[in-house]
Amino acid sequence: MYGKGLKPLSIATVAMLALSLSLVFFYAPLDGDQGFIQKIFYLHVPLAIVALIGFIAGGVFAIAHLRTNDRKWDAYSYVSIHISVIFGVAVLITGAIWAKASWGHWWVWDEPTLVSFLIVFLLYATYYPFRYAIEDRDRQARYASVFAVTAGAFVPLNFMAVRMAQSLVHPRTFATAEGGMPGEMMLTFLCSLVAMGLLWTTLVKFELTAKSASGQVKRLRRALDAPVTGGTSRIAPEVS
Amino acid sequence: MPELAVLLPLGAPALPLDEAGKYVAGAYVVFVVLLVVYVAIMAAKVQRIERELREVAAIAEERKEQREEVRA
Repeated sequence: MYGKGLKPLSIATVAMLALSLSLVFFYAPLDGDQGFIQKIFYLHVPLAIVALIGFIAGGVFAIAHLRTNDRKWDAYSYVSIHISVIFGVAVLITGAIWAKASWGHWWVWDEPTLVSFLIVFLLYATYYPFRYAIEDRDRQARYASVFAVTAGAFVPLNFMAVRMAQSLVHPRTFATAEGGMPGEMMLTFLCSLVAMGLLWTTLVKFELTAKSASGQVKRLRRALDAPVTGGTSRIAPEVS
Repeated sequence: MPELAVLLPLGAPALPLDEAGKYVAGAYVVFVVLLVVYVAIMAAKVQRIERELREVAAIAEERKEQREEVRA
């Protein structure tokens, strides 16, 4: 069920990633201030935006789970957060590389954007131990959903707080006094953003498909391992 | 976008061999490595699912044989 449309989605993702990389290196002009280093922007920022939207999506799916009690939404929420955490790792590493090249430091503690993203990332890093500390599957899903909703609400609040903070270091991409990015850069950035969004969607779908297949095999195994005279399984034949 | 149509088929401009090139390459390599590691982990998961499926199929076959023996 989850694997439906995975193949065309994967092809679209690969094509979009190839297009965005072509635009980054062959089309987008060099930044007047940062020069070639600015090319990291087309990787780092879309990854960060998609990761944060993924965290919010995890919260939205969690709301659907709490409303309907359908385990499908819990799986969506878990996988959204899982893939966003992986994207978050990439954001932190690429950001550190960019910071080192631009500012001469791998990390700057008084930069609100960096620290707030780290806080959000660490918050979601606690999702796994929190979730798996609960053995009962229903309680686990319910508590994890509450966590995902709370943390998901924190993401936009955190974003707004950072925007309101007066930072002197981190660049503001879309709303500067000078009018933001030139057209070629904006087009390249938007293509990179779409490519990262597609990659996130593909990985979520891929993970859900694998989880679904694994779950089906486990169900089948449980059915086969069930006592054959118990009458609980329609798969295991009654041989005794 | 006429410029795009002209620029895309052209060869890649040589990466400047100064500091900037190293950092940009590093950032994109990190991204690719993370992606490859993820795909490798998923490949291991799929292999495990395939193995479990084989085991389940073997159990099912065994049950089928037992059922046929009982019938016989």
